[in-house]
Amino acid sequence: MNIFQLLGQSTLKSLAKLGRSSLFFISILSGLGYILKHPNLLIKQLYSVGVLTFWLICIAGLFVGMVLGLQGVYTLSTFGADSSLGIMVAASLVRELGPVVSALLFAGRAGSALTAEVGLMKATEQLSGMEMMAIDPLKYIIAPRFFAGFISLPLLAALFSAIGVIGGYLAGVELLNVDAGAYWSQMQSSIDFYDDIINGIIKSIIFAWLVSWIALFEGYDALPTSAGISRATTRTVVNSAFAILLFDFLLTALMFGAN
Amino acid sequence: MQYRSLEILVGFFVSIAIAALFFLALQVSNFNALKDNGSYTIKAHFDNVGGLKIKALVSIAGVPIGRVTKINFDTQNYDALVTMRIDSRYNTLPTDTSASILTSGLLGDKYIGLTAGGLDEFLKNGDTIDLTQSALVLERLISQFLFNSSDKSE
Repeated sequence: MNIFQLLGQSTLKSLAKLGRSSLFFISILSGLGYILKHPNLLIKQLYSVGVLTFWLICIAGLFVGMVLGLQGVYTLSTFGADSSLGIMVAASLVRELGPVVSALLFAGRAGSALTAEVGLMKATEQLSGMEMMAIDPLKYIIAPRFFAGFISLPLLAALFSAIGVIGGYLAGVELLNVDAGAYWSQMQSSIDFYDDIINGIIKSIIFAWLVSWIALFEGYDALPTSAGISRATTRTVVNSAFAILLFDFLLTALMFGAN
Repeated sequence: MQYRSLEILVGFFVSIAIAALFFLALQVSNFNALKDNGSYTIKAHFDNVGGLKIKALVSIAGVPIGRVTKINFDTQNYDALVTMRIDSRYNTLPTDTSASILTSGLLGDKYIGLTAGGLDEFLKNGDTIDLTQSALVLERLISQFLFNSSDKSE
């Protein structure tokens, strides 16, 4: 009987959490009007969420692109097809690696910071203090952070892909002497703007929603103790990674599965 | 940090990211080729389309002028019916234009190569090309070659 009780307990707990997080998300959306009236709140968060992640994304994108270039030449040259390097680098970056890796990095860099910040605000009773002063913390604290993450990540993912393509160029063309004309022209002829690039952007928008939502909810829902905050921060990174990879599989199957 | 410099940094961030998007659109993808001047569709029957895929290029004299939009099996003639969309800038293809399925390079993609005919009438939207040449299937070529060489040796 104990096993059934444990199973039931954990099911009810996770359902309750899902319900709380959905209500949380709806009240974030209702804070959109408040942000449009006070854009300076959003600008501050765009700085700490987006601009501070900028260099990480640039460097990661460059190296991922260079590794793709090196590895692509190594594999493709066995078939004498290293002129197709451009397609391989660009397709894998724009469709998969750009959105996924930048979302994983974003969850580690910005998501954990958001959870820790909001969790600490809760633990030091800043959030309840605001409520006492009739300021809705969901509108004043949570909503700007959510929309900053929601805006930043698609931009960062586009940056990641673009820099990755340049990294692939550096490794493949400059280092390993693949023909530069073949690299760009093959890429341009087989990467489709709507099918590949727009779908990649849609992916990163969905990941942005997931990561910002998970990070802020874990912070808001954290136990107001130091151990609770540390556990919530861990959960943010782990759950975001799971959610990103799961949704990436589903979205890839939906978008590119037919081909 | 002062609010003004914060705003400037965010502005830089957003503009660089949008520049990256433009880079992806213009340099990485075929966004330039999508300038839509309107298009018309023509059809062609092939005995065998080989590995032709949807969105394969249609070119004439090596210049891409359109794309394959649909490949169906025609249940009346038991052959393949390929529908392609041609840019309406090239609306002066003669009606006796012939179409053949070609391969770019040894392992490359299949594409449709058109060869212009000599008539004065032009193909219109929905017309069908009558002169077609199917894709070369490697297995058939090899078997033909084997049969021919065994005939000679006898």
